[in-house]
Amino acid sequence: MKHPTDSGMNKTGIDMSPIDIQELLSGVEASIPSSQGDEQTLASYRRSYIIEADPIGSVPAPGSLKGAAKTGMQKLMGKKPEVLLDKLGARLAFERAGTRLYDALLNKCLVRSDEANGLSLDRLREFRNEEAQHFMLVMEAIKDLGADPTAVTPGADVDGVASIGLMQVISDPRMSIAQSLHALLIAELADHDGWQLLIKLTEELGQDDMASKFRGALAEEERHLATIREFVEKSCLTEAGVS
Amino acid sequence: MALNLLRDKGVTIDQQKFTWKDLVQKPISKLNDDAFTRVRVILMNGIESEAVRFGHSCARMNKELQIPLAKIRRIEQHQQTIVNWLNPADQSPLETTIGYEQVAVEVTASLAQNEPDPYIAQVLRFGLLEDFDHLYRYSALLDRLQGIDANTILQCYSDIMPGRPTVDEHRDPEDDLREHYDKRTASPITKFNAMTIMAGEHQTHDYYMHYGPWFADPLARQLYAEIASIEEQHVTQYESIIDPTETWMEKWLLHEANEVYNYYSCVSQEDNPRIKAIWERFLDYELGQLQYVMEVFKKMERRDPAEILPASLPEPIAYKSQREFVRKVLHDELDLRANGTQFVDKSQEPERSLAYRRHINSEGSPTQTVAAGYRWSPGTELAAKKKGRVAA
Repeated sequence: MKHPTDSGMNKTGIDMSPIDIQELLSGVEASIPSSQGDEQTLASYRRSYIIEADPIGSVPAPGSLKGAAKTGMQKLMGKKPEVLLDKLGARLAFERAGTRLYDALLNKCLVRSDEANGLSLDRLREFRNEEAQHFMLVMEAIKDLGADPTAVTPGADVDGVASIGLMQVISDPRMSIAQSLHALLIAELADHDGWQLLIKLTEELGQDDMASKFRGALAEEERHLATIREFVEKSCLTEAGVS
Repeated sequence: MALNLLRDKGVTIDQQKFTWKDLVQKPISKLNDDAFTRVRVILMNGIESEAVRFGHSCARMNKELQIPLAKIRRIEQHQQTIVNWLNPADQSPLETTIGYEQVAVEVTASLAQNEPDPYIAQVLRFGLLEDFDHLYRYSALLDRLQGIDANTILQCYSDIMPGRPTVDEHRDPEDDLREHYDKRTASPITKFNAMTIMAGEHQTHDYYMHYGPWFADPLARQLYAEIASIEEQHVTQYESIIDPTETWMEKWLLHEANEVYNYYSCVSQEDNPRIKAIWERFLDYELGQLQYVMEVFKKMERRDPAEILPASLPEPIAYKSQREFVRKVLHDELDLRANGTQFVDKSQEPERSLAYRRHINSEGSPTQTVAAGYRWSPGTELAAKKKGRVAA
């Protein structure tokens, strides 16, 4: 298989068209924009939409009065429990999607074993399973608060939109293991900070049991991040012939 | 490679088979393939999409044709899938849009030069200057929204500068209709050109209608709404140049012949061997489909298909930069407008179109806004402007 960083007939740059680029530039030089302004003109145009925009949705209310009466939820009285529910929903969705990112990467590593040489697939499997466990952990935490773990919170939706490209990279057969690891590293960086924030929030809201369980998950996420970072570095240096 | 439309048998339709694996082949490379390979992929998707669309319309009006139409349509559906799935996943909807407009510029320019009917050639040149402007507007969006240089898709083959400003393209529906060719006297190439451009513009309209809401940015959403509206005008324009007195069977026959012509044009110029093999395969499929439809035609109309079709194909569509021709048209015809089916100077544009335009642009113009002061520069405008900073 030809390697993605090998040189070849990449046609996107202007140096590939030394004659045509001169023609193109001379045309542009002679042309006059049909309207005055610059990028700031675009910003002003968007103003009314930004002012008038509705939120993407809301945090679902606890499904039952019984839920609202639970101890965990009671502790949140007088504060804004929706923020915690939103962040829990976001973490749940991210861990679930993260499990699928690892599934896709493992699938690719098994087929392109030459490229995955030097990476520990067992470690990747372990991380995959931990992501799935974290998903379950957050699901239980949401249930304990009497909320519905199957609902999509706004935070979960934002994470979903922000992560679209990650799965596009890892699931594309043309993207190499190194390129896929790069996408996974972005996911792990965001995941790590997501857990840190969630723990801080649970501590501040007096959810001590939850915070304690989440600290265990964060310790595992720190290992994921360090390892994936190391894998990315190793595959890059190996490709560059310096390792 | 001299083809005989009436005699070459191609592959019989019962041998035109597919599997799911076959339908989803390796895509082209956004980075390495020639821009004209992408142009052909996009246009041929439009041609196949028109084949399916026509097949459905025809079936709704002709009970006795439903079975033969369904047989051919199933094959066209799968041909379209193979072709459209050649677009790679790393080519974003906006980058693909740039490709669509490159098709509209370069292919329309080629058709206009091959067109023997002066009025139809004028219609093509009129549309050309409008699509040329869309390319500039979308390039500004790609640069200013995503920080991507449209020329990485266009590969220096096409100019990125204003054409007939899109803000001036909005017309009263009456001014979008054109005179049609006469089916008895029109050259085969005129009929092929009309069908090709109609197919291309129709799929462009559908693409923008599909992807407009995909964008989060309100200006991008407006831009797609505005340009999709013009594409709808273009479909209205181009379908009206086709003789409406052609029978359903004549139209079907011409569709199949035009597909042959289009694949033949692709085969003659494709430099990616893997993609060329697909064009060759489908050229043979289309010849087989044409044979089948000729038999249906003989049975239904009791006429010789040679009354409708030429034996030999016209010169292929020229897949190459048409910069010189486009610039000449820009220079000569930028100020043309439409008055009913006729082209007039902008000073003579009818009030109905001016009134329509005043109203639809009255709350701002997305196409003017997105390209406010915009000049394309290699590596995006950020590379050209010394500023590169926004005010603190």
